[in-house]
Amino acid sequence: MSDQATLDAVNIADTGDFSYPEDYKHDAGTGLNEGVLDYISDIKKEADWVRDFRKRALKVFNDKPMPTHWASKDLENIVFQNIRYYLAKGQTPTRSWDEVPDDVKETFERLGIPEKERKFLAGVEAQFDSEAAYSNVKEELTKEGVVFVNSTEGLREHPEIFRKWFGKVIPTGDNKFSALNSAVFSGGSFIYVPPGVKVKHPLQAYFRINAENFGQFERTLIIVDEGAEVTYMEGCTAPKFETATLHSAVVELVAMKDAKIQYITVQNWSNNVFNLVTKRGIAHENAEIRWIDCNIGSRLTMKYPGVIMKGRKARGEVISIALANDGQHQDTGAKMIHAADETTSNVIAKSISVGTGRSTYRGQVHIPKHLKGCKNNTECDALLINTNSRTDTYPAITVKGNQHATQHEASVSQVSEDQIFYMKQRGLNEAEAMSLSVNGFINDLAREFPMEYSVELKRLIDLQMEGSVG
Amino acid sequence: MSNTLKIENLQASVEGTEILKGLSLEVPKGEVHAIMGPNGSGKSTLSKVLAGHEDYEVTAGSALMDGVDLLGMEIDERSRAGFFLAFQYPHEIPGVSNANFLRAALQARLPKGEEIDAVAFYKDMYAKMDELEMDRKFTGRSVNEGFSGGEKKRNEILQMMMLEPKYAVLDETDSGLDIDALKVVAQGVNAMRSPERGMLVITHYQRLLDYIVPDVVHVMFDGKIVKSGGKDLALELEEKGYDWVKEELAAA
Repeated sequence: MSDQATLDAVNIADTGDFSYPEDYKHDAGTGLNEGVLDYISDIKKEADWVRDFRKRALKVFNDKPMPTHWASKDLENIVFQNIRYYLAKGQTPTRSWDEVPDDVKETFERLGIPEKERKFLAGVEAQFDSEAAYSNVKEELTKEGVVFVNSTEGLREHPEIFRKWFGKVIPTGDNKFSALNSAVFSGGSFIYVPPGVKVKHPLQAYFRINAENFGQFERTLIIVDEGAEVTYMEGCTAPKFETATLHSAVVELVAMKDAKIQYITVQNWSNNVFNLVTKRGIAHENAEIRWIDCNIGSRLTMKYPGVIMKGRKARGEVISIALANDGQHQDTGAKMIHAADETTSNVIAKSISVGTGRSTYRGQVHIPKHLKGCKNNTECDALLINTNSRTDTYPAITVKGNQHATQHEASVSQVSEDQIFYMKQRGLNEAEAMSLSVNGFINDLAREFPMEYSVELKRLIDLQMEGSVG
Repeated sequence: MSNTLKIENLQASVEGTEILKGLSLEVPKGEVHAIMGPNGSGKSTLSKVLAGHEDYEVTAGSALMDGVDLLGMEIDERSRAGFFLAFQYPHEIPGVSNANFLRAALQARLPKGEEIDAVAFYKDMYAKMDELEMDRKFTGRSVNEGFSGGEKKRNEILQMMMLEPKYAVLDETDSGLDIDALKVVAQGVNAMRSPERGMLVITHYQRLLDYIVPDVVHVMFDGKIVKSGGKDLALELEEKGYDWVKEELAAA
């Protein structure tokens, strides 16, 4: 491809709204069959148990119906045979930034990932399409025994650590899309933190989709051993394409006794992406798992991060922000499964619906009868920007026994015209005023994000609100 | 370019009901004018029409700010051009701190790509807050949320001091204020008096005008200015009541 063509391809002003010329070394072609799975396994030089795992998953996927009896009918518009399930640059993860291909670097540049951020982040694993393009764990982490690799390396080089929990938090058959991911997964992060190690800086991965009709199926497994702590951050943006793109990840977290995991996502998919993600963690005794999840963009997002509180005094938390713009549907929520005494869960969800955007909160809280002293708090607040915006709330709270405390609060509010008038009178234009209102609405949750992410979040909301006013 | 806010034969209605019925008024820079009038005379409507509230339809007349057509501008353009309205009932903006709101408003006045100097901004804001006897904690609180009546009005004056408008309309800023708060607010307004600025103070009571002494007092009745005079007119009104004006009008 000529330099001019390359230039033209990237010379589009809108952030996240561009793509690079496709130049992939490995391409499994379109459609889904056992041959595709073998192709992936061959390239990754996978062990037989992984190959078998994939093939069993494909059968489960084929047998499972779409969950359209409760979820959006829009799922029926996914044509699985038109999707490419594996693409890669054919490179092994590079250890230094210098070895990263220039166009990948450029992609990060366009996403506004600041240079200095990379310096203070402990390890960066940025996934470009299927394979990790960049992987770097700071020396001190390696010394402490922290393992931070991609899924291929994790399963191939460290099966003694990862095999025990792989596919155990979220079994293949959990839902149709976890089965799909189990069949074709590639990329994603595998992390192990040894007992007592408290990782100071957040571990981070950026990834985005960059090939038309290409589904991204990353697989992440984070195991934090007794008394250890880690924060993991992921941010996703994707360029815009004419036809639908499928993203279906599986993220499993395991927090052993007294461990803490915080998993932070800021996501901005382009508005043709189906984003169907299964995220769940198991918290053992006195362990804590927090999901901080921000969903912006996509055509349809279905994501309900969950925590199974398996040990006494385990804690689970979901903090969720969703913004559904014109034509988008954010179907998000949380699952809190109490499976031991004195477990505590907290869900705070805020959604914003703009134009014809639709946000849905789906929450499941389960506290069985034989347990004692469990607590759940659920708050969901929806903000409607326009009169044709929509929000729905489906809380499913099953609490048996009388030795528990639960509370559920929900509110729906609208940005008032007088509030906007007031802000405009101070010189803000319509988009700036809207943006400030929306940022105010989520302000208390945005504080939960690390500083550079809350800045990015604000920028994303500004961009969304710019487009929403005529 | 004329240095004046000139309103001529302004007519405006809300939901088909005419409220302003040919109002004329001129506030030159360097002067403070007061509008007094009974409830329902259209005082607040005038302030909202000048600011550009969409519920009000201007059916005739003009308002020129330094010779520029104010009514032809968007709400936010009017603000950035130098028109300020201190609201009678300031709105709450949950989750947005006073400091961030002021910063956003000032940022909106800068050319694209230029960033506000944060250190200078805070220094300036703290100095002005001191003048208004406002606690520093106030900067972190959400705009007007949970504020007392007095705090809201002080906040309006702080915004005015920070935005330094060419023309400011203060809509019943005295309502809801005790005498101490009233003095502080008046002090802030008096500090803003300048040859570069015209101010229009709308009030129902003469009390405020003890502290903000106007150059000209206008009496508004039934959507029009019916009488104008010096500061003594306010005292006369206080003494004789609005019925005096109504009777005079009926006799004319």
